[in-house]
Amino acid sequence: MPALNELYQEIILDHNKSPRNFRKMPDATRKVEGYNPLCGDHYTVYVKLEDDIIKDISFEGAGCAISKASASVMSATVKGKTKAEAEELFESFHTLVTGKMDGMAEISTLGKLAAFSGVSEFPARVKCATLAWHTLKAALEAKEEVVTTE
Amino acid sequence: MRPANEIVTSEPVVESRLHKTFDVRKIRKDFPILNQKVDGKPLVYLDNAATSQKPQVVIDAMVKYYLEENSNIHRGVHYLSEKATQSYEAARDKIQKYINASQRQEIIFVRGTTEGVNLVASSYGRSNVKQGDEIIISAMEHHSNIVPWQILCEEKGAKLLIIPMNDAGELLLDEYEKLFNSRTKFIAVNHVSNALGTVNPIKQIITIAHQYGVPVLVDGAQAVPHMRVDVLDLDCDFYVFSGHKMFGPTGVGVLYGKKKFLDAMPPYHGGGDMIKYVTFEKTIYNDLPNKFEAGTPNIAGGVGLGATIDYLNKIDMTAVRAHEHELLEYATQALSSIKGLSIIGTAKEKASVISFVLEDVHPHDIGTILDDDGIAIRTGHHCAQPVMQRFGIPATARASFAMYNTKVEVDALVEGIYRVIEVLT
Repeated sequence: MPALNELYQEIILDHNKSPRNFRKMPDATRKVEGYNPLCGDHYTVYVKLEDDIIKDISFEGAGCAISKASASVMSATVKGKTKAEAEELFESFHTLVTGKMDGMAEISTLGKLAAFSGVSEFPARVKCATLAWHTLKAALEAKEEVVTTE
Repeated sequence: MRPANEIVTSEPVVESRLHKTFDVRKIRKDFPILNQKVDGKPLVYLDNAATSQKPQVVIDAMVKYYLEENSNIHRGVHYLSEKATQSYEAARDKIQKYINASQRQEIIFVRGTTEGVNLVASSYGRSNVKQGDEIIISAMEHHSNIVPWQILCEEKGAKLLIIPMNDAGELLLDEYEKLFNSRTKFIAVNHVSNALGTVNPIKQIITIAHQYGVPVLVDGAQAVPHMRVDVLDLDCDFYVFSGHKMFGPTGVGVLYGKKKFLDAMPPYHGGGDMIKYVTFEKTIYNDLPNKFEAGTPNIAGGVGLGATIDYLNKIDMTAVRAHEHELLEYATQALSSIKGLSIIGTAKEKASVISFVLEDVHPHDIGTILDDDGIAIRTGHHCAQPVMQRFGIPATARASFAMYNTKVEVDALVEGIYRVIEVLT
């Protein structure tokens, strides 16, 4: 049985309790809803994109600790990054939470995102961790529709 | 902390004079899967509304079928085919007696409750519901008793009306009666709500519908594991249930229908076994029940369900209800004492199902942390999203008890929830 404290690490508990960038953004240039039909988790991600740079990002909605903390850490991580950099981070994050990342060296380059390494031991929770990222990706690709994890 | 000893050993055999013959320790021995450890902790299985566990006798019956009788039914002239047909058809007889149907032709094997509802919506619905007609369902239906009727309504231009419920999760019968008019063609209601645990006054619902000459389908998936159902007494026109929620195998269920309706209904699926004679010009359909059983069915599942009925026939279901009621009361009281916990579904008449939410904690996190203690519950919308919308919540955590659960397991659940609070807040 995987260790529970690997999943609910301090950073995750902290971001769940006090999510960063948790607000509406009236002047967002992109806004996409993300939805997990299996559990009802539901977030809206707002992005202000200028010359392919994420000038500002915020989110609102409701869901489990993993999905909310992931959205919060994501928002703090990608702010100021370019679209390409954010997409690359999602790739790495996805590799991490699906347990396909080799070695601590690579994991340590992820900064706070590394807190989600425990998710890979809980396959049922991978979708919680990636919901906000899927939604961000759709926002960056200027897709207007509602995104689901299915 | 949770006691380290085996769960079954600390449970008293006799808990009250009401059901002194009911020995939960003995029942647990019939279900080998319960006697296992999850990461060193005794498995506490409280997800029975999703699916129940299977007693050894059911597993044995299915193994025996595959070892000694496996063959296709209703067509071979050889020994094995005769044996398989006998076992399968014997199961039909057992089910007929168990639910007190008047004739064996009224028992149609289906894959489960979902297929049973779809069969009636498609076959009865398509030939009886027309544009402008109305179908009534309730506010606490499972998606499987909503969507087939929506599909029918969309196709026919008919309207779906909903019996509302109060904040306790009880249907408002006065409002129900107001929904009737000359366009009302069908009622589909569950006997017991999977998301709230409410036991609906199904007999009253049927009586009212019959006063208006409208037939009723009852989704009994959550009722049959907890109580003995008598379709003649209820006077329901259709009753559907799944094997796997009543300690039987997955992939097999039952549609009971009054013969007068089933006779008049067109086939649902076409294929082998449902025909008498086929030419390219015309096909003569088979008689009941075969008319609705196209193709090779889940024979092993049917045989397994027959063994399940044999098993249940040896158990005093009145004692089961008393035991489960005691568990429900005990768990309701214990859970209610947890600060920040609210029970969703507080009807006066309930089966042993408790849906709850915890302040500031999402049900998924509750589920994951309880799982770490070997406790299995269900989290999510329970395929009843309109129920979640009614109560303004995205999801609940649900503990559902079966006859083999114990008070010690309720204690483990309560302790587990305290741990959830400790971890997350």
